[in-house]
Amino acid sequence: MAIRTSMSGNEATAYAVRQINPDVMPAFPITPSTEIPQFVSNMIANGEIDTEFIPVESEHSSMSAAIGASAAGARTLTATSSAGLALMWEVVYVAASSRLPIVMAVVNRGLTGPLNINAEHSDSMGARDSGWIQIYAENNQEAYDNMLQAYRIAEHKDVHLPVMICQDGFITSHAVENISLLEDEPVKKFVGEYCPEHYLLNEKEVMAVGPYAVSNYCMEAKKAQAEAMIRSKKVILEVAEEFAAMSGRSYGFFEAYRMEDAEYAAVAIGSVSGTAKDAVDRLREKGVKAGFLKVRVFRPFPGEELAKELRGCKAVAIMDRCESYSGQGGPLGAELTAAMYRAKVTAETVNIVYGLSGRDVRVEDMEKVYGDLREMAEEGKTFKQYPYLGLRE
Amino acid sequence: MELKAEQINEETKWQDLTEGLKIFEPATSRLFETGEWRTQTPVWEEEKCRQCLFCVPYCPDSCIPVKDKRRGDFDFIHCKGCGICEKACPFGAISMKEGK
Repeated sequence: MAIRTSMSGNEATAYAVRQINPDVMPAFPITPSTEIPQFVSNMIANGEIDTEFIPVESEHSSMSAAIGASAAGARTLTATSSAGLALMWEVVYVAASSRLPIVMAVVNRGLTGPLNINAEHSDSMGARDSGWIQIYAENNQEAYDNMLQAYRIAEHKDVHLPVMICQDGFITSHAVENISLLEDEPVKKFVGEYCPEHYLLNEKEVMAVGPYAVSNYCMEAKKAQAEAMIRSKKVILEVAEEFAAMSGRSYGFFEAYRMEDAEYAAVAIGSVSGTAKDAVDRLREKGVKAGFLKVRVFRPFPGEELAKELRGCKAVAIMDRCESYSGQGGPLGAELTAAMYRAKVTAETVNIVYGLSGRDVRVEDMEKVYGDLREMAEEGKTFKQYPYLGLRE
Repeated sequence: MELKAEQINEETKWQDLTEGLKIFEPATSRLFETGEWRTQTPVWEEEKCRQCLFCVPYCPDSCIPVKDKRRGDFDFIHCKGCGICEKACPFGAISMKEGK
């Protein structure tokens, strides 16, 4: 029986952690992810789980300890945000290249500066090339559901890659919403025991992790890592299918909302999706063929699949909750436009930067986006790339 | 298929390397002549040596072989010429020369 209750995204993540009962969690507090290690520490103190919590002196240390624990053979978890992820930087890549199935709850917050603590994707988008799988949540329900699926993907023999489970800071992590939780037993059965084939604490096997590799071997190692990322696509879908059978909630690389006959589409990641869907509903009532694509999996990037979804569209707004300072827009804009070009999908596109540092996005803002798309497609109006949504100017 | 360290070389395909380049064998350093990095070489003068063996634990690369409580000449396959042994020797029996 599903448990119907209300909780924040951080609470929902911690609830999933309790059900998973990972072996080791090194973590350092940083807003807005602090509550996750805090809740987990309470659960350990209360004897609800037997996770070994390591209070470290920095995020570089939390990721280093996570790498050590995972290499030793422990199912390992950490959590962070913003500057914490930035401080991990060097070793974030090592976790992936060492093929360690670590899971990290990332509560998205903008990188400084200006100094700010609110929702933005600049932290995890900065780490998009680090070799981690990245799965983003729209709300607390998805933060919980994604967390439960994370180890199944990371630990799969065809994958062996670390996974970031991302949710928007404060908007998702702190806002309390209704949620449907699963019971402990089916979750435990679904997640399963972790039995690594190779691990450092195995006294029957000699093993070294992270050796120096000269130029003659690095490209081959990186190719193997890249292939694992490509293979993870199949695993992500298989795990989602199994999760749907247990929970009744279906997930894919993205959610297509009223896209069947859509002429105007917006594409975005995270909590703005609820707002965008509301705008789509309002426009549909007025007879506008609007649709929305919510990207759930950003790494591996489902470029072909997204482009296919946009084939029938006249104009598409690709929305980034971070600035790349490339002078061209944001990362989702760059990657999706490239994917559309390869798939010969020729809809007009505009890459919009929105919601930086927690800037609110209202349904009316999204309605304006769709209005602009219609003008672009029907009146041939050209739009300056790349606009900031809701900017004072 | 995962190959043994001695089977891996510059012709090995990406599919045949171990995952994350993990190593599942001991003593694979025997397969690599890391002494070729050396730009300075220690010279051991046996007549000045008092066999105190002070140099042995100081060598970071275990390149001073000891047999029957006496040291022999350096293992130049792994010695990188760091010169620590020269500094450690109380009797001036080790000096560094330029080159290999």
